[in-house]
Amino acid sequence: MYGNDFAATGDAGVPASDVAATSAGRTLLEQVEDAERELRSASERSVVGDDRLQDYFDAVINADQKIEPRDWMPDPYRLGLIRQIAQHAHSEIIGMQPEGNWISRAPSLKRKAILLAKVQDEAGHGLYLYAAAETLGVSRSDLVDQLLTGRQKYSSIFNYPTLTWADVGTIGWLVDGAAIVNQVPLCRCSYGPYARAMIRICKEESFHQRQGFEILHTLAHGTPAQRAMAQDAVNRWWYPSLAMFGPPDTASTHSEQSMTWKIKRFSNDELRQRFVDMCVQQATVLGLSLPDPDLRWNAERDHYDFTQPDFHELMRVISGDGPCNRQRLEHRRRAHEEGAWVREAAAAYAAKRAAREPAGV
Amino acid sequence: MRPRRGLAHTHVGSLHAPDAELALRNARDLYTRRQEGVSIWVVPAASIVASSPDEKDAFFDPAADKVYRHPTFYEVPEGAGHI
Repeated sequence: MYGNDFAATGDAGVPASDVAATSAGRTLLEQVEDAERELRSASERSVVGDDRLQDYFDAVINADQKIEPRDWMPDPYRLGLIRQIAQHAHSEIIGMQPEGNWISRAPSLKRKAILLAKVQDEAGHGLYLYAAAETLGVSRSDLVDQLLTGRQKYSSIFNYPTLTWADVGTIGWLVDGAAIVNQVPLCRCSYGPYARAMIRICKEESFHQRQGFEILHTLAHGTPAQRAMAQDAVNRWWYPSLAMFGPPDTASTHSEQSMTWKIKRFSNDELRQRFVDMCVQQATVLGLSLPDPDLRWNAERDHYDFTQPDFHELMRVISGDGPCNRQRLEHRRRAHEEGAWVREAAAAYAAKRAAREPAGV
Repeated sequence: MRPRRGLAHTHVGSLHAPDAELALRNARDLYTRRQEGVSIWVVPAASIVASSPDEKDAFFDPAADKVYRHPTFYEVPEGAGHI
């Protein structure tokens, strides 16, 4: 899971309409497969570029090829990617908490096992992403340190509490759904290791969205109390999920560069609209309503009109004043400290064995 | 990782571990949660020797002008079978 709503990022910009046109009508998983195919075919094209570093970099980007770790790249490209990938990794790690909270209370053994697998996936996604960030010359321990000391952010969505079991379903449907809409275009990012990590993540993420949808569908077709619980959860998560796409395009500044470098492919508002259009139909299948009285089809725009989320709230939550910010970071710090002895013991054991068998394994 | 018997190992990703044994276990946990492989190799990153991207032209240049190494270089006369 993830949302690109970080204050410093300000991603947005010009629409890439050619890409939008080709991805229309494709399911999200098909789009991931398209990106994977494109990654392979891009590697077969040769780049005609000058030997000068900047020119070669530009030629690779223009040819829709991938930049790889040992290629020359401009510093702002490298630093921007480190920030974005690290924040994304932190979001996966912090994102384990709201759901982990429900593993022991899930209503059946099957639901417990599924939720456990899902939370393990989030840990895995965090690790893929830290590994991708490390190819840019930072160390994972530095990044973890920046998370624990609050110098790097994570997605604001995880600062909301999971009050009922229906919240777990709603997170899967709306939060993971929004994350996928955000992430699928990242499978085509110009930085090879990030694009490859995203392809892997998106394939796994689609299980998350479906398990959430199934939980909600079951509740929405259960007793009146279960139905009410499901509706209440959707009511609470709808706007925070819309806010995951970040500030409106008019309030974003940094993103044009990100678009030129093909790190980001669509603007915040485009992705938000795409998400709303998807959800309306899915909500009718669930038999639940979305808490927006102004949500209606606009035949002229060929999209749904909808009420924007409260961006002041988004900024407040990002800057640390959400319902669970302190709890999330404290929990992460405690888990990190309490795991220290395991890391130390493993290192001591490895050192002892290396001393006994100098020839190796 | 070897995805199935009969296929070559291919690179799937990186991880951290204090020693080789834990590296294998971590790799299993991180990269085979959906039965993606039947065999894993782990190698310390420091042991990898890589060619440098800066020398890519010069380093691979010797092969560039030897098109005759490809079968498509040759013209097969009309009517010649099994070639």
